[in-house]
Amino acid sequence: MNYSPTQLGSDSMHEVSTHPVAHQHTAPTGFIRKYVFSLDHKVIGKQYYGLALVSVFIGMVLSWLLRIHLAYPDYHIPFLSKLSAAGAPGGVMTPEYYLSLLTMHGTLMVFFVLTNAPFAAFGNYFLPIQIGAEDMAFPRFNMMSFWTTFAAFVVMMASFFVADGPPISGWTAYAPLSAVGRDAGPGLALGQDLWAISIAIFCIASLLGALNFIATTLDLRARGMSLMRMPYSTWAWFVTSVIALLAFAVLLPACVLLILDRVAGTSFFIPAGLVLSDRLQPHSGGSPLLWQHLFWFFGHPEVYIAILPSIGIVATILPVFTRRPLLGPKALIGSMVAIGFLSYMVWGHHMFVSGMNPFSANIFSIPTLIITIPATIMTLLLTASLYGAKMRFDTPALFCLGFISVFISGGISGFYLAQPSLDTYLHATYFVVAHFHFVMAVASLFGVFAGTYFWFPKMFGRMMSESLGRWHFWLTFLGVYCVFMPMHYLGLVGNVRRYSAFVDDYLAPLLPVHRFITIAALLTGAAQLIFLWNLIWSRFRGPVASENPWEATSLEWSTTSPPPFDNFGGKHPVVNHGPNELGVDGPDGTDFLMQTAAPKSS
Amino acid sequence: MGVGVQDAIHAGQKLGGSGLPPITRNTRLPNVTLSERPERSETGVWIGIFAIVMTFAALTSAMIVREGVALDWQHFQLPKILYLDTLILCFSSWTMENALAKLKEGESRFSEGMTWLCITLGLGGIFVVGQVIAWRVLAWQGLFLATNPSSSFFYVFTAAHALHLIGGILGLGYLIYKLNRARSARTTGIRATSLYWHFMDGLWVYLIVLLLARM
Repeated sequence: MNYSPTQLGSDSMHEVSTHPVAHQHTAPTGFIRKYVFSLDHKVIGKQYYGLALVSVFIGMVLSWLLRIHLAYPDYHIPFLSKLSAAGAPGGVMTPEYYLSLLTMHGTLMVFFVLTNAPFAAFGNYFLPIQIGAEDMAFPRFNMMSFWTTFAAFVVMMASFFVADGPPISGWTAYAPLSAVGRDAGPGLALGQDLWAISIAIFCIASLLGALNFIATTLDLRARGMSLMRMPYSTWAWFVTSVIALLAFAVLLPACVLLILDRVAGTSFFIPAGLVLSDRLQPHSGGSPLLWQHLFWFFGHPEVYIAILPSIGIVATILPVFTRRPLLGPKALIGSMVAIGFLSYMVWGHHMFVSGMNPFSANIFSIPTLIITIPATIMTLLLTASLYGAKMRFDTPALFCLGFISVFISGGISGFYLAQPSLDTYLHATYFVVAHFHFVMAVASLFGVFAGTYFWFPKMFGRMMSESLGRWHFWLTFLGVYCVFMPMHYLGLVGNVRRYSAFVDDYLAPLLPVHRFITIAALLTGAAQLIFLWNLIWSRFRGPVASENPWEATSLEWSTTSPPPFDNFGGKHPVVNHGPNELGVDGPDGTDFLMQTAAPKSS
Repeated sequence: MGVGVQDAIHAGQKLGGSGLPPITRNTRLPNVTLSERPERSETGVWIGIFAIVMTFAALTSAMIVREGVALDWQHFQLPKILYLDTLILCFSSWTMENALAKLKEGESRFSEGMTWLCITLGLGGIFVVGQVIAWRVLAWQGLFLATNPSSSFFYVFTAAHALHLIGGILGLGYLIYKLNRARSARTTGIRATSLYWHFMDGLWVYLIVLLLARM
């Protein structure tokens, strides 16, 4: 029996079938099942967001500590000596403890913030709703994946409290430093064990999450929701989950091999004849480069795991405020898929100075330059769509524009770094720090901010404060440029990264620049307290949000704010339009058509 | 909405599915014991297979690189029990297919299908015991995890496969429990379980060939 969409309830603008449907699980009543071990994707999305929020503030405080030490190396911070008496005697961190905190800053930010916030948090909350599903395909896996992530977080944080603190090997945990153990330095005994175990657990969680996202997108789309009718954000979460599925499946065995080198005496990554702390290490023939290959085979796709969801979020939000569809929807989606595919061919560009064969470097340089093409197409499409638009400058729109700005700023330096001859000079300098913070970290976070201001009304039923939002945007936008733009110049004059202080060497004249960056970082970080206050204040006191306050088209705006337990109140949305019906003649004098609106009469 | 759709909704509710009208591919029709439509769990297993393939591909490339970078690779003979294990696992794929065929035939062959499922489960268990014996044989020869990179990779590969297979055994056990309770083959996850089981079989055949070539 065939049904056309119009047969199922065409009596209202929000065309839905009116038949009761069975939810996979009934609405829980107890506190534990409702808010803690919940199977509801919306609660799990909020849990991911909460975990990312805690992680980002810890990561930010760590960056403050690092920046204060760089600019004022003798400054005493009493709290630090309480955290680690050996790592920060008298409140001044040792060079080793600087590296420990640097490792934790990078690890928390990359794994627990940039992976969790734009992908796991928003994806969990909105992917099912945007495709018209009641929940994820496997709600139990979904709950497991959050709580496994939480376990990984707890194990990672435990490394602060073990004898010699967190590892000093960086978020990339390069072998043999990370593989040898106690003899290699502070933090490389139990601290590094905890790091490797935590990341292995995180891999399992991410694999479960990615599997769920893919199955949900493939199997649970509402009637009429063809792939090309999915919003850009759904496309981005889908492509990202495919990337994550394949990337974390490589990092997991790499972590297992690392753990075995550390605890079982194997020699996967540790070469023969290594003497550390006057002791010949009992290993033979391992390859440190092997770790780098395995790590970066995950690590570069991870960059796109961090940025693609934000690109999708921005591409979904921006047209709502320009009141017209983006240019080239198919080109945008095609570019996302191309980036997903190419992300697996470029990992070697992180290893130009690793001792890898220089011919390999040239080979890796080619796809690295090619991948800039889809990235440029997406950026140009977003930018060109602004031309002639009657822009509504609400906070989500400001953060979308900010995203485009920082993504371009960070992306352009990528063109230079993609070339081995230039990267050889710049790789170990602050130029790279500036590049990846702009293009991956800040750009991704701007996407998260845009998503938060945009979807907060849907998630909590209340609007966020616009005036606080604008203060937050402008201070953050100017702040990140003050923090990261000077780092390009530091890098160009040869300021090496990963050093804890520059007082006694040829870099001492650059100290005023470091001080400027530190002050800017402190102020930009403080501006995030405005955001935190806005979240808390608006949650309880914000103006009540209507069903569709932004006049957007996608399915989440066709249900109540916040959505009921089964998302659509026992009804199934039927999709008649793509998500780009903006700037059209809508019903009742509006300029848009919801995806569920009745089909246009022919 | 017609009767067929209502039935499908009830079938979805009864079978623990989403209960959606025939919008998605998941809706199972009533009175069909083993629907030809793909199930949600089957999609999940397919996606899982991609991830597992990637994991073993990463380990394979790591082994090839590690063998090539140093001169310390020592070859050794695989324990003979592994060949018997290979036959057992291949046979278990046949018993799994047999079970599916009986279950598809309907209620009359239900208990026969259940018997074949239990045999499959038992063969899986025997395979894992065989792997443990293989590890003990190597240990008796003085080849431990850290003895040589070749033995390290042998243990890593076989343990990783065994862990995945134990996952399959647990899944199959749960399926048998569910079928036994429902006394009906209208239970979701049958084809997903068999798909995973065959994949574990194929993966093992790949591994034994790889290990034979490299050890």
